[in-house]
Order: sequence, then C-alpha cells, then structure tokens
Amino acid sequence: MFLINCPYCGERDQSEFVSGGEAHIARPKQPTELNDDQWAEYLFMRKNIKGIQFERWNHAHGCRKWFNVARDTSNDKIEKIYKMGEQPPKL
Amino acid sequence: MSKNLRINNKQFVDETRKLSFIFNGKKLYGYKGDTLASALLSNDIHLVGRSFKYHRPRGIMTSGSEEPNAILQIGNDDALTEPNVRATEIELYDGLICNSQNCWPSVNFDIGGINNLLSPLLPAGFYYKTFMWPASFWEKYEYFIRKSAGLGKSPTKQDPDMYDHRYMHCDILIVGGGVSGLIAAKIASDDNKKVLLLEDKELLGGSLIYDDNDISKIDNQKSSEWLKKLIENIKNDKNIIIKTRTSLAAYHNYNFLLARQNLTDHLSVNDRNNKIRQRLYKIRAKKVIISTGAIERPQVFHNNDRPGIMLASAVKKYIDYYGVRCGLENVIFTNNDSAYETALSLHKSGTKLNAIVDIRENSSSEIVNKVKSLGIQIYWNHTIANTKGYKRINKVTIMKLNDKGNDVIGKKIELNCDCLAISGGWTPMVHLFTQSGGKLKFDNKDNIFVPDKTNLNQLSIGSAKGDFELDDVLKNSIKDTKKFLQIENSNYDKIDVQCSKEKEKKNIWLLPSDKPLSKTKPFLDYQNDSTAKDIKLALREGFKSIEHVKRYTTTGMGTDQGKLANMHALGIVADTTNTNMGDLGTTTFRPPYTPLTFGTIVGRNVGQFFDIFRKTPMHEWHVDNNAKFENVGQWKRAWYYPKDGETMHDAVQRESKAARESSGILDASTLGKIDIQGTDANEFLNRVYTNAWSKLQIGKCRYGLMLNEDGMVYDDGVTTKLGENHYLMTTTTGGAANVMSKLEDYLQTEWPELNVFLTSVTDHYATASVCGPNAKKIINKIFKDLDLSDESFPHMSFKEVKLGNINCRVMRISFTGELSYEINVEASYGKYIWEKCIEAGKEFNITPYGTETMHLLRAEKGFIIVGQDTDGTMTPVDLQMDWIISKKKYDFIGKRSLYRSDTIREDRKQLVGLLTDDPNEILEEGAQIVKDENKKPINMLGHVTSSYFSPTLKKSIALAVLKEGKKLKGQKLLVPMIDKTIKVTVSDTVFLDKENERING
Repeated sequence: MFLINCPYCGERDQSEFVSGGEAHIARPKQPTELNDDQWAEYLFMRKNIKGIQFERWNHAHGCRKWFNVARDTSNDKIEKIYKMGEQPPKL
Repeated sequence: MSKNLRINNKQFVDETRKLSFIFNGKKLYGYKGDTLASALLSNDIHLVGRSFKYHRPRGIMTSGSEEPNAILQIGNDDALTEPNVRATEIELYDGLICNSQNCWPSVNFDIGGINNLLSPLLPAGFYYKTFMWPASFWEKYEYFIRKSAGLGKSPTKQDPDMYDHRYMHCDILIVGGGVSGLIAAKIASDDNKKVLLLEDKELLGGSLIYDDNDISKIDNQKSSEWLKKLIENIKNDKNIIIKTRTSLAAYHNYNFLLARQNLTDHLSVNDRNNKIRQRLYKIRAKKVIISTGAIERPQVFHNNDRPGIMLASAVKKYIDYYGVRCGLENVIFTNNDSAYETALSLHKSGTKLNAIVDIRENSSSEIVNKVKSLGIQIYWNHTIANTKGYKRINKVTIMKLNDKGNDVIGKKIELNCDCLAISGGWTPMVHLFTQSGGKLKFDNKDNIFVPDKTNLNQLSIGSAKGDFELDDVLKNSIKDTKKFLQIENSNYDKIDVQCSKEKEKKNIWLLPSDKPLSKTKPFLDYQNDSTAKDIKLALREGFKSIEHVKRYTTTGMGTDQGKLANMHALGIVADTTNTNMGDLGTTTFRPPYTPLTFGTIVGRNVGQFFDIFRKTPMHEWHVDNNAKFENVGQWKRAWYYPKDGETMHDAVQRESKAARESSGILDASTLGKIDIQGTDANEFLNRVYTNAWSKLQIGKCRYGLMLNEDGMVYDDGVTTKLGENHYLMTTTTGGAANVMSKLEDYLQTEWPELNVFLTSVTDHYATASVCGPNAKKIINKIFKDLDLSDESFPHMSFKEVKLGNINCRVMRISFTGELSYEINVEASYGKYIWEKCIEAGKEFNITPYGTETMHLLRAEKGFIIVGQDTDGTMTPVDLQMDWIISKKKYDFIGKRSLYRSDTIREDRKQLVGLLTDDPNEILEEGAQIVKDENKKPINMLGHVTSSYFSPTLKKSIALAVLKEGKKLKGQKLLVPMIDKTIKVTVSDTVFLDKENERING
C-alpha cells in the first residue's frame, strides 16, 4: 500500500487515490485528421515498462485533483510527484 | 498424569489454577499458562494427528508457529469450530474441546494408515501422473480426490464472533519482543521515539526469559534476571506501546503492515461474551525493526517423524517454561552446540538423558565441556540410522559416519528413548523481510539465508539477522539500532555479555542410513509427507527451478508453509545438482505469515455493514407501503409494491396498467445529478455529448448520449438549461460517480482552458416523477398557479415554482412515453412532495410503481437502459440511434472512433426488437438467439437484453442485440432454452405509440 504525497493535500494512504494509467498522452487536437492507425495509437497503446513510469493519479477520495507520478515499477518507489501540465522530470 | 511429567515450576504456569479440557473425547487437565501442546505433553500424549498423505502417526514437534503436526480442530460448535489450530500456539482455557484431524475412525486406529504401506505406489507427482488421462475421466476422479484432500472441517454456520480493525501509526515498529527487540525498543524510546512493540506470545522476553543455565551472563547477572528488569522498565515506558498475543501477518511496501491481535482465544468460552475476538491492526510505520528470531531446524534421517521426536529447543522450553517433561528417557541428536542447553535443562530438572548423538567430530566449547563434566555419554561423529516405535518412539539405532559423511560404518548401537530431541541448527525468520521485497544472501558459515538489500526504511536484528550467540545478539543489536536511528550514544554501550561460543560446525542436509535411500523415509515436510526421495525424484524427472520442485513435491505448501522443511529441501537440491545454495535462491514467502481467519480480514464489514447503502428521502414511505427493493449501485430502489399477496408479475402488470391508463408515480431521486456552471458550460456539453447543445434555450431540456473515447455508449440522461451559464445534468443511477470523475478528468487534464465547474448534487435533490394521462390534472392540483398548457409548458421544458417556501424545479420529460412531470425539491422536502402527489392523485388512482415497471414502460417505447441493453461494446449506430450523432460538430468524445474500421462493420451486433410467435411466451433475459439449431457448432447471433409481458399490448416484448440485426427485421429466428425452443420474429424496437402522441396526454 503506497503512501502518496498529494501535491494539494500532503501524504495520504493509497486507498484515497485511483490510478489513471500512463501520463503525458495528450488527446489529439484534430482527431478527424488522423488515420485509423494513428487514432489507435492514442486510444489503445500504452507502455508497460520495468523502471521509471510516468502515471496519472487522482485523489478521488480527497481533493479530486489529478496529478502526475513518476514511479519505479520494479520496486514501486515513487520518485517524483508533479502537477498536471508540468513536464516529466528527467530521472 | 500417572507418570511424573510435571516439574515444579511456578514462574510461568499457575499450578493453583487447574483447567480441564477434552481431547478426542477424553477429559484431561492442565494449568493456566499451559499451551494446549504443553498440557497434552504433561498427560503423556504425543500422538495428536496423522500425516496428510501416508496417514503416519505424528506427534507434537515444536513449541511455536512452525508446528507441522499438532494441528487440531478446536470446538465442536457448527459456528465456532476452527480447523488447523496449532496446539503449540493456543493457550489452554477451561472447557477447551479439541480433536485430531485427517484420521478415521480415530487417531489411534486410522484406516488411511494403509497409505503408508502403499507409499511405494504414491511418489511425488502421483496425482498429476495418474489422473491426467483420459482427460474425460477427470469428472469421475475429482469426487474421490476432493474427498481425501484438505485438512479439518470448516464451520458451517455464520461466525457469531466480533472482529475489529484499527489503524496505528508509529515512529518505530518493532516486530518481536525477544531480547533484541526489547533492547531496540528501549534505545528508540530513550531517543524519544514513539515505539510500537508487537509480540505474538502472551509474555515478552522470547527464549531468553526462561534461560536457566549458569553460563550466559549479562552485566554479571543471570541473563534471564537481567532481562526481567529490562521488561519491567519497558512496561513503564510511556513512549512504548506493547501489543502482546499479536502476530504480524503481512509486511507490505511503504512500511504498511498488518498485525492480528488475539483478544479472547485464551479465555474460557463463558468469559468471551460480548468481547471482540480478534483485532487487525493496519500499521503505518516510519521505520521498522524486525526482531522475529530464528527457528530451529530438524535433521533429516530415516524415520525422523515418529511421535516423541521433537526439536531440542522445544524440549527445553517445555521443561524450563511450562515445567513439562516430554519423556522420561531422552536422547539428543544434534549438529551444533545449542542442543547442549537442552541437555543442561534436562539434567537440572532431574530428567534422564541417555545420550547425546552429535555428527561433529568433537567440540570443546564451554557448554559442551560442562555437559561432558556431568558425565553424560556423547557419541561423536555418529548419526541416527533408524528409529523404532509406531505410535511413540522407543528406540534409536545409531552408527558412525564415514569421513565424507555420506555413509555409515561400524556396528549398530541401539539406545532406548521415549523422546528424541533433534537440532539441525537455526534458520533466521526472514519471512517478513522478504515479504517486504527485501533480497537475501546466503551465509556459508551457518548455512542460512540472511537479510541483504531492502528499499524500505527497515532493519533486521538479533537471530532474525543471523546472530545466534548472546553476545553477538546484544552487541550487534545495540550497534545496528543506533546506526539505524542515527544515535551517538546509548545506555547500553558498555554492556558486558558472557556466553559459550560455538567452535565446531558441521552440516549434512540428508543423513545416511545403512539402508539404501529408496528403502528409507527421511521426511522434510512433515505436514505434506514429502521426503528427501521425492526431491531427488523431481530432480531426476527434470525439474530444476526450486519453485517447480516445491510445487511438484508439495514441499513447504502446508499450513506451516515449510517453516521447517524449506532449508533442507534447498540443501538437498543444491547437493544433488552440485549448486551453491546461494545461487539456487529461495521460494517466495507470501503473507500471511501465520493463517488468518476470514473474520479478522473482514472485520466489521459484515451483514448490513458489508457495503454502505443509500436511501432516498422517500425510503420510509416505500417501506411503509410494502415495497420490495432492489440494489442499483449502492442505492436501495423500490422495485415493485405488491398488494394482497401479488407476485412480482402481478404487481408489475397492475402498476404499468395504471401508469398508462390513469397515473403512476416513481421515486427518481437516485438518478445522478451534476450541477454545471461556468462561461464555457455550453461548449463543455458540446464536447461530452454526441448531439448539439449550442441552440438550447434557458428553460429547455435535452436528452444526451455520452460515449467513451472508443466510441462505445457510456451514459445517457437529460440535461436542463437552468440559466445562461448554468445546467443540471442527470446521469444513470449506477453511472453517476463514474460520469462525474470522467468529466472532471477531461476538465482538469485535456481542457483546462474551459471555465467550467462541476458539483455533484445527487444527494441534494429528491425527485418524484408523476406520469400518465391524468398527470397534468394532478400537477395542477398541487401547483394551482402554474400554467401547464402545451404552449407555455411543452414537452422537454422546465419551470421553477414555489410551493409555500419550497423551491420546486418541475421538468416535463418522459421516460415512459406518457405525459410526465418530474418534481425536484431539496432532499429534506422529498417525502413531503411525494406525499403531496399521492394525496392529489388519490382521485385518479395514482399508483406508485417501482423500477421493474419503469423498465417495462420504457421498453414498450424502445428506450434503452445503458448497462442493460448496452455492455460497453455498443455504439450509437449499433443502437439505431444515428439521429443523436451531430454531423455538424467538429469533435466530441468518441467521435473519431465511430468510423474506425471495426465500428463501421455492418455485421456488428445491433439493437432490435423481438416478438415471440406465442404472445404469452416471455423470453429470458440473456437467452441466446440462433438461426439454425441443427448445424453444429451452433452459431450464436446475439442475446436478449430486456424482456417483459406488456399488459397494454397484451403480448410479450423483448429487446435484443443481434448480429446484422438491422437487416433481419421480419425474419424468424430461434431462442433455444433448456427444455424447449422459442420461435421469435425480429421487429422494430418501438412497440407502443410510434407516433409519440401519449406524451401530450
């Protein structure tokens, strides 16, 4: 069970949060311009890496804010937490 | 107690409090302070169970949680009985009833014992090999295999006990209240840290507390006396919270740990009333110190499983702690010095020790010299080649080892004994360390795995870390704790410790016998009956990974999880394959460390607390009016209101007829409601719904369909424009929370530029929906000044009116196809407005109807229910709802997916209506639809999603999803059921009032 440092509320138990999958996948601004393969890339393709993975988390049972987490999937260590819209840290 | 097995021992056992208990139907006695195991042993009972596979007689072997044999069924009550309880862990209480498991008709005479004679036919993997073929026979085998599998009986009635959960937070969590844990606790407390100290036994002190030899000294005091003072000190320490009878079950990441405290299991049944039985602590610790100690290993030799063969440390504890002799004629078999402490305890208590058999060539440590000086016979460089005695050991045969230690030489010597104390060295309890993700390293000197690398803020100390001698335990624990807590000095820096130091070590994983291996039974895992032979067989058959060997031989897979067996299994694999044990690795240690009851895991979340449920403000009225309820998400919704013994079918027919012919009323308060405000609210609606919202005027309502980005229907509902930048969105009852978080997600992450604010107001408003030809008259009676004419208040519009002081939002919208008004009021007025409607509608026979009738009424109109007629694979086109997809909008959620190669396929499943040829035949929801029953395999074309008997149409109607359904209108198809085949015709989805005339009353 993680201890997650919500950028708005501070350290809280994982049970207050939900994970929203991979971060930094922006919704295409002009979906109609994309062919099926390009759209499928946005819609379905997600990374599953061993090591540092950038993820979206939501403090669902708290402030309801979304934020980004850089987590090492090999040991679940959270390396960095940063707000929506910020660039991923270099780790 | 005919034999003189009790030693006068008043320290830990209260001989003034005699307790009676029943074992296998026989009444026996013990004392307060005994465990069930020590009480049985004091009654000269060793044989307590039969082994799992061969049904060999087995006796108490240990004094702790590693016990493989003495697992008993406690209690004989259908609700309270508990299987697989270790006799070594349960404290004796007055009136305890227990029985042996896995034997029939009795532990002394067990029919299954024949398996022991058949054992050559039952090698490792026997079940896998024998019952694999022919595959179709499995169903026949299964019944018999299941019958012989499993240990003990589960309770058959509901558990009446109470269980509890509690969160705890601390600076330092210390797991294990032995000497190393205690001294770490004191050092941490002296540094002003908040300490939580867990101990699974009743008393603190570990094994040192009953140490009674004259060699170990701390600060020139007897070690146990010194320890008692430390414990007193700790008990009065305000920084330290002590939880005894509390065992750590699981150690998760981020120092999150679960511990189970036993609160009443040691009390007599009458004293347990209204008390919480067990409590689960959910602990978040800044730092964790693991001081769980070590467990002694047995030795692996021919017939090493007879009742009366016990761990040397257990024999010592039964004497020194419980005051119980395990036998009157003892032999010790060891490969290390620790068993000599048992020799001293036996000697001091005046218990006969016939000999010590030691596989080492010699030893000259202080403790061994002391035993030598007492004149006790020691056979150096000898092993036990065989033992005798079926239900209790009575003889051992010893022989000399050859130079390599792989064979025996010389003549056999027979020694009498009724108790054989064995020691094969010690294994640190690293279970928690590895559970937490820590990596182990192998220590060649002691043949043990010790903690190495960890990502967490934790420390292992004492024998859990591999320190076994008192001076190492204390000095290293002090040193490591100081470093871990970043403390310069402690009060224990000058501690003076004296103890015997072991000088010679020798280890043989599988000891030789004069018989060939194939003729012997050297047991590794007592509970699962796996022997060294099984391990070797698995290796011969090509299993290499230790995880595979474990599963094939079932070594370490019992309720004891291989606490005794694992190291020997690894050792034998390493020896046989010429591998270094360190390279072999260990099997995975999984939580819980010791088994937990389901009650502890569930805690208070049972019965009505299993899940929270939500009630509408009108709930009491529904209850008073005999409503049956159904669960929709967490809501309790009125399902139907049976009158005078009506069945559900009867009630639904009556309710729906009333709604169509005069008037009905539905509690629609559960629908999700989201208040949307902001200057970009309209743009936001355009992006989340498939249809266009730009032209919606204030005071108007519109139905909207929401998709997922993959183009599949996600939710639907009516949204009302309350003001220029103010909307009220309704969602499905079950989807409300998901819709809310999905919309928030888009606002926060994809469209942060939009000025929109969402507030969930589901609980803030109650909704009464009045429908039917007389609805207008009823509403008119309640709101006398409200102009209900079609010109002023048309379908899909909204008005805000006052009823006294109550603000009412009245929407003219319809989910039934009838003229219909929804009155929304603040939740606290919900019941008032409902009763007002009932009162006003009395003359029109206003009939409350539930969700079942609502489903029927909307199905007659072909209105979908998201989640019933859709399942996350239906696009609006599949639902024949093309009309709701805006052609003009550049984008909305899911738009691009509507013309992916997959979603434009014409042979997708599409929503259709179905009419049965026999109008009285009602289809089952979920039933499969086929074209041809005879051609096998039968091609499934789709399934029924909604099905009812319509009293208005006087026939059965159904909605279904059907492959290429749009093209199949008018076609005859089949719905095969278990006892018949129903003929159906594909129809339009709208069954009633295709012209939409009824919504105008």
